[in-house]
Amino acid sequence: MKSFENTLTAQEPIKPLILGNPSFSSVTETISGICEKKETPIWWWIALGISGLLSLNLAAMIGYLVWEGTGIWGLNIPVSWGWAIVNFVFWVGIGHAGTLISAILFLMRQKWRTSINRFAEAMTIFAVLCAAIFPGIHVGRMWVMHWMFPLPNQMGLWVNFRSPLLWDVFAVGTYFTCSALFWYTGLIPDLATFRDRAKNRIKKTIFGVLSLGWRGGNKQWKHYELAYLLLAGISTPLVLSVHSVVSTDFAVSIIPGWHTTIFPPYFVAGAIFSGFAMVLTLSIIARAIFPQIKNFITMDHLGKIAKVILLTGTMVGYAYSMEFFIAWYSGNDYERFAFINRALGPFAWAYWIMITCNVLTPQIFWFKKLRSSIPVLFIASIIVNIGMWFERFVIVMTLHRDFLPSSWDYYTPTMFDIGIFVGSFGFFFFMFLLFLRFLPMISMTEIKGVLPQADPHHGGNSHE
Amino acid sequence: MAQIFPKWFNKVPLLIIGGAGFAGVCLIAAIWYFGSQEYTEVGFQPIQPIPYSHKLHAGELGMDCRYCHSQVEYSRHAQIPPTKTCMNCHVMIKPESDKLALLRDSWEKEEPIHWVRVHNLPDYAFFDHSPHLRAGVGCISCHGDVAQMEEVSQVKSLSMGWCLDCHRDPDPHLRPVSEITNMNWRPESPLAQIKWLNAHKDSLKINPPENCSGCHR
Ligand code: HEC
Ligand code: HEC
Ligand code: HEC
Ligand code: HEC
Ligand code: HEC
Repeated sequence: MKSFENTLTAQEPIKPLILGNPSFSSVTETISGICEKKETPIWWWIALGISGLLSLNLAAMIGYLVWEGTGIWGLNIPVSWGWAIVNFVFWVGIGHAGTLISAILFLMRQKWRTSINRFAEAMTIFAVLCAAIFPGIHVGRMWVMHWMFPLPNQMGLWVNFRSPLLWDVFAVGTYFTCSALFWYTGLIPDLATFRDRAKNRIKKTIFGVLSLGWRGGNKQWKHYELAYLLLAGISTPLVLSVHSVVSTDFAVSIIPGWHTTIFPPYFVAGAIFSGFAMVLTLSIIARAIFPQIKNFITMDHLGKIAKVILLTGTMVGYAYSMEFFIAWYSGNDYERFAFINRALGPFAWAYWIMITCNVLTPQIFWFKKLRSSIPVLFIASIIVNIGMWFERFVIVMTLHRDFLPSSWDYYTPTMFDIGIFVGSFGFFFFMFLLFLRFLPMISMTEIKGVLPQADPHHGGNSHE
Repeated sequence: MAQIFPKWFNKVPLLIIGGAGFAGVCLIAAIWYFGSQEYTEVGFQPIQPIPYSHKLHAGELGMDCRYCHSQVEYSRHAQIPPTKTCMNCHVMIKPESDKLALLRDSWEKEEPIHWVRVHNLPDYAFFDHSPHLRAGVGCISCHGDVAQMEEVSQVKSLSMGWCLDCHRDPDPHLRPVSEITNMNWRPESPLAQIKWLNAHKDSLKINPPENCSGCHR
């Protein structure tokens, strides 16, 4: 047995990570080709058009929101937190898969991550941007948005350091910064490749600036690898911390149904769950638009993603049942009521959508057959994300029956709630499509590193 | 491959980082200075319809503020005097003066004079003169030496930080209640002030609010 992967303990022959046995240069050709080609697939244009329109709609609706105030949304007492926070948590959650893939899987030397890490990271960045819209616009008076930061001011006021909403600002800010740095660092060698291949002066200059003078020398690689490792190390705790902090927005309050210690781990599992579902959706879309990359993002990759979804989906299901158990076990009437009301009250429909999508749907991935069917994977990934949106919706709707029965009310979104949410999807896909077209969606350098040719023992030069 | 960038280009990143840092510091300093209420509010001095002078009336003639701002000790607002108050004297003094034409007009037509407001807090901030005056805070602490002003201008920022500065430590601003309108009152000596405070503090029961709902009701 010649080619031997030292990170695997089992003595089985390695299934190639990349199909079609490409050479180094054909990897470069295929991936750079997507960005250098003059004619773009028609589907790309159609998708870009639709998402562009939705983004415009988002901008217009935000403009109207600034003009008119948050009264155009459906929120009111008792549901004083409406779709804005639901969407915020939803988008932040999506981002988590990117960090997990790029940082934790990197540190664990899971080489299959190389095909999907680049665009999972891009997904993280765009998702965090989408998430940042919502806390930004929900303040109503956007011109004082800087009050979210601890800046000295005429009021002699600091932000409230005891408030989880402030922790959120830091958590999400750190998250965005680290993810963007990580993504960019990974891009540098590929940008240099683009620079070297560029035909005209303008492109050469742009990529030249972006690649920060990368020449690919031995020393540069040494620094680069170390920087990458360090960034992976820094990002790793973020996978756990960001959504834990987001969960404290709820858990630190004293609302029955929110004030629980299970929230942080349960939110993190849910975030990874929804993030991987989004990676799956996006990989399938990218494979459909650019069939060249099917050899890089293989069925094996999709199957592995499905397994992660199965695992985290089951964890989320456990959390749902544990919440109920603790509510009963606590003996607290209000806690019990909150949960019974979730499952049987006016928002029961949302609760059962959530259970169906998040707990039942992923169970189909126990079957290899279903894990290897593109249509099944695609539909399931979308269902999971619908379910995860509903999970946050269900949590926020806990508010609709508070301690004072006379103020109980039902929550109905307005067209602006819906329009802004749909618009954020438009923005997300708009950015993502631009990324697919103009930047290397798969890391060429890292792919080359996992090809059999890159192994020093390749081709019989074994030292044994 | 031909060189795309000349050699000096290596310095550009450093220049950008340095420049951005410098620009950032300048921007913060500029906002700090030009954006603060010390800059935007202090010195506000609108032109009034009648060239009425506090320096003449309150300073040289020595009238007490409360002759005109009669409600200041009892109500939220200090009250701008009605035309009638001026006419107490000006039916006799300078009845022909051009500067007083508007005053006589308003007197005959029974229409109030439209004085332009100088000090103005936002509506969401609650301020009440009476507790401040009863506690012995002089007009001068908040309005400056009005008796020396030809035309009233704002001398304090009236920012929230300014309110709180005093609320956290009102002692240096307190004086006997009889002296609140006296622009020339000074404590005899710092020691005398401390002695006076020690003797009066308990009886005054001074307790300025620092909680949000004290001023944002
Ligand atoms: C003869 C009547 C009179 C007396 C005495 C008088 N004022 Fe005034 N004061 C006015 C009038 C009239 C105005 C409005 C016109 C103006 O702002 O100049 C005014 C305005 C003011 C304002 C500005 C109000 C605003 O619009 O914010 C302040 C502060 C003020 N007076 C303080 C004092 C103080 C302190 C004294 C005592 C030292 C005093 N005044 C004595 C008549 C008087
Ligand atoms: C603790 C600070 C403080 C003191 C002491 C104080 N003022 Fe004021 N004064 C203010 C503020 C603040 C305003 C603006 C109020 C507003 O906009 O509601 C004001 C407004 C006024 C006005 C404009 C009309 C009004 O009431 O809104 C007059 C006149 C006035 N003050 C006179 C006086 C006089 C006379 C004294 C002394 C007897 C005095 N003030 C003492 C803070 C003070
Ligand atoms: C206590 C009496 C008294 C009251 C009340 C009074 N004034 Fe006067 N005022 C005087 C005196 C005295 C003079 C100075 C006359 C002189 O220079 O010979 C004067 C001068 C003036 C002048 C300057 C006139 C000129 O031609 O030089 C104006 C303007 C004026 N007062 C406005 C007012 C206004 C407005 C009020 C009401 C808010 C007012 N006064 C209330 C006594 C008063
Ligand atoms: C120079 C000192 C000083 C400044 C400046 C000052 N205050 Fe005060 N304030 C006091 C003192 C002293 C008291 C306490 C009165 C008491 O306890 O009897 C007080 C009390 C109050 C109260 C409580 C009144 C009540 O009904 O109990 C309010 C409200 C208030 N201040 C608002 C303000 C606002 C708003 C500002 C700024 C525009 C301000 N103060 C500026 C000294 C000041
Ligand atoms: C002593 C009175 C006082 C207290 C106590 C106080 N404020 Fe204020 N606050 C003010 C005044 C006066 C202003 C208006 C300043 C201005 O812009 O002229 C203000 C302005 C503000 C503003 C700016 C609003 C805007 O749109 O510009 C905020 C926010 C604010 N306060 C929050 C708070 C909070 C939070 C607390 C409690 C921690 C608090 N304030 C306690 C007096 C007070």
